[in-house]
Amino acid sequence: MSGPQVGLAVSVFLACTVEAVEALTIVLAVGVTRSWRSTFIGVGGAVVALAVLTAALGPALTSLPINTLRVVVGGLLLVFGLQWLRKAILRASGFKKLHDEDQIYTDELAAAEGAGAVGPGFDPYSFTVSFKGVFLEGLEVIFIVLTFGANQHDIGLAAVAAGVAVLAVVLAGTAVHAPLARVPENTMKFGVGVMLTSFGLFWGAEGAGAHWPGNDAILAGIIPGTLVFALALVAMLKRRAPGGATEIRETEAVGA
Amino acid sequence: MTRVESFVRFIWDFVVGDDWRIAVGVVLALAVTAVLAGSIAAWWVLPVAVAGLLAFSVWRAADHP
Repeated sequence: MSGPQVGLAVSVFLACTVEAVEALTIVLAVGVTRSWRSTFIGVGGAVVALAVLTAALGPALTSLPINTLRVVVGGLLLVFGLQWLRKAILRASGFKKLHDEDQIYTDELAAAEGAGAVGPGFDPYSFTVSFKGVFLEGLEVIFIVLTFGANQHDIGLAAVAAGVAVLAVVLAGTAVHAPLARVPENTMKFGVGVMLTSFGLFWGAEGAGAHWPGNDAILAGIIPGTLVFALALVAMLKRRAPGGATEIRETEAVGA
Repeated sequence: MTRVESFVRFIWDFVVGDDWRIAVGVVLALAVTAVLAGSIAAWWVLPVAVAGLLAFSVWRAADHP
């Protein structure tokens, strides 16, 4: 595999793992409390909707002229990657709460138990919550799969990396039958933010007509350079942090 | 809030996120790169702009939690 292909696979795998862990927490909570059958129908529906979206948008993206594709994809990756990196930096430095899958699971359990009695047939609550959870978390993955895959003309590799990540999380979740609270989510989000920002820089500048010294080899400088800059920001912000970064926990149910 | 408003709000949150200045800054930096690329080596414009945008955004968030 070439350098950009490795970057594609690693970025998609990490992003997909993080989002799958968050979706798993919601699915487990509603499945355990209410109806596994309706929950699985919701998960299946969301997966089909995401597949249709990928099939519809993938060919449209890959049919764009290469420079247009690069500037559009580069710009989108930069905006998206900087969002991930910004949140990861603020979380690592103590200015934003960390995700707490155990707490989110407890909150989702309480919400599911308080949503009325479960009937003998189809349970709309289980379906809606699991569909929404998987679809919203999956959208970010689809975005990364399509943008990286289209630019590399390798949506297949991106889809395989995403599939491996989902399979790994599902197997781990089935094994422990609990939220995967020990997955280092913020570290992985930090990594995804660095990769998206780095490839966004590379493709965005090329698409806008600039030529990087060293062509593709410059990525070996852009990626570590972005990482070091982000870590330096964390170190500088930590000196100003109000409390310990690890003491603050976030309980939002859906979202990066 | 209507369904259309909800959808627009969702797309905005999904693409632009917490700090719209980053999105605007990226678009401006790409435009400047495209303008300069015809006359000089312009590859450095985007990294400098992105470094400035990221530092400004996290610093601002830290000042206004």
